[in-house]
Amino acid sequence: MSDLSLPSAPPADKPQPTTNQPQNVPFRGGGFRPRPIKGIGIALFVILIALAELGTRTGWISALTLPRPSDVFSTFIELYQTGLLFEHMAPSLMRFLVGSAIGVFLGIAVGITIGLFSLVRAGLVPLVAAIFPIPKIALLPLFVIWFGIGEASKYALIAFGTFTPTVVATFGAVDNVDRTLIRMGQSFGLSWFSIVRKIVLPGAMPGILSGLRISLAIGIILLVAAEMIGVEFGIGSYINEAGNLYDLERLFAGVVILSIFGVLVSALIGLIEKHLLKWRS
Amino acid sequence: MEIRLSGVSHTYDDFEVLQDINLDIPDGRIVCIVGPSGCGKSTLLRFIGGLERPTHGDIVQIGDPPKGCLNPLTYIFQDFALLPWRTVRGNISLVLEDHGIGGAAAQRIIDDVLARTKLSDFAHALPKQLSGGMKQRVAIARALAVNPAVMLMDEPLSALDSQTRELLMDDLIALWTRAPFTAVYVTHNLAEAVRLGHSIVVLSRRPGRIREIVHLDRPLDERAYGDADLEAKQKHLWDLMRDEARAADAELMNV
Ligand SMILES: Nc1ncnc2c1ncn2[C@@H]1O[C@H](COP(=O)(O)OP(=O)(O)OP(=O)(O)O)[C@@H](O)[C@H]1O
Ligand SMILES: [Mg+2]
Repeated sequence: MSDLSLPSAPPADKPQPTTNQPQNVPFRGGGFRPRPIKGIGIALFVILIALAELGTRTGWISALTLPRPSDVFSTFIELYQTGLLFEHMAPSLMRFLVGSAIGVFLGIAVGITIGLFSLVRAGLVPLVAAIFPIPKIALLPLFVIWFGIGEASKYALIAFGTFTPTVVATFGAVDNVDRTLIRMGQSFGLSWFSIVRKIVLPGAMPGILSGLRISLAIGIILLVAAEMIGVEFGIGSYINEAGNLYDLERLFAGVVILSIFGVLVSALIGLIEKHLLKWRS
Repeated sequence: MEIRLSGVSHTYDDFEVLQDINLDIPDGRIVCIVGPSGCGKSTLLRFIGGLERPTHGDIVQIGDPPKGCLNPLTYIFQDFALLPWRTVRGNISLVLEDHGIGGAAAQRIIDDVLARTKLSDFAHALPKQLSGGMKQRVAIARALAVNPAVMLMDEPLSALDSQTRELLMDDLIALWTRAPFTAVYVTHNLAEAVRLGHSIVVLSRRPGRIREIVHLDRPLDERAYGDADLEAKQKHLWDLMRDEARAADAELMNV
């Protein structure tokens, strides 16, 4: 959706005056330019939560439909006070960091080789297209067989899930690097390696970073899947357990943790973008 | 260093672009190339710079590039081709880094070319902060940094407004007068050609052939804006080009 602001139209039913009165030229510009508005995001959160609280308290949302936000909050506090929060967070964070680091690193490397070498592109693009839509969750049993029931299979699942979107974003970004800049590099006799490092990589950085937002969100989604089998601690296993018991308060407390995590990751990428992409106009 | 083109012809698939071009680019002179749109000027320049190879004919360098020359054939592009993520200084050091020039040596070269292009105060600016004319001066500074034997310029001023264009032409003339360089200068603009060219090569419409080479003897620094003699030359060039341009235009519409 665009930021369209409509100017108020002049009343059409009145007969047009045929005087020579000077009139302001009607304004038709504006809009179509997203700008940051402070506080709106938080306000929307607050309103939605307040509505849920009100609804569950007055009873027009039944307790089975939605848990009361204040109950979710107190579950969360309890989780924090018993120290369980940390015990669940630490292994999840580890799995997410290791898994997505592997996936993103390999994804960027493969994406760049696809962007640079026609042979690799011809071979790998169809392959990536074939594995992209596979629900990685479905492959968890396979990973357990390959990598064992321990941490390695979790890393593999998250790495695999973040790998494909990173590849697609990266080679798209490399394709979009301004060719005249590459010609310029060649015309000054820069080595192939210099051109890749000093022109292609920085030129592809905006696309790679915006791809990273998607890849890392997928990494968080897969955290829950990865912790479905053979895990005692982890946000994912906490959510799975609560879900199996239809304990909505705990389920939501877990979901909220993931959401906060997602917001933090997105903010972190925003920070990196702000720092690395200062040059963009 | 001189460049000699002999019997250069080129076809893209079945599409004939250039036909039998024979041309000498003498040392220390500026050769302008004019011709209707699509006649192969940019293609010819890419051949001279070694970015592409013609299907027929040879392009040879005669003599060695001067000592201290890092990149004998150096381009200046119409759209500046500056790296937006590097500062003015960084853009110039880019072309020195690969020759292993860094530290104080690079510093000295960069300071020198920035002074020559009157950019010393903007060394730490990013391209997005510069006007079009300044960006092109950065590109010129970058080209000067590698001490080229031949400068290849493809419509270097056509992305700029006419006032900036006049100023930059003066800058180019000043640079040339201080230290004459060899250049091939492709342009659409006949006024630019008569201001900057020692000789002006008029190409026919596609397939591009040499129609005429016009020589101008008057020294560059004596050619003023609105000079009657130059106006006459310019009119002569326009007479040569008008029919070609009109025919080329009609052809493009019929595609
Ligand atoms: N890589 C290419 N493949 C196929 N055709 C090309 C290629 N490059 C250029 N051409 C064609 O060759 C012709 C000459 O192109 P060129 O860019 O050299 O013309 P030009 O004289 O520089 O034109 P202009 O004045 O518009 O810059 C054009 O008709 C163009 O379409
Ligand atoms: Mg051209």
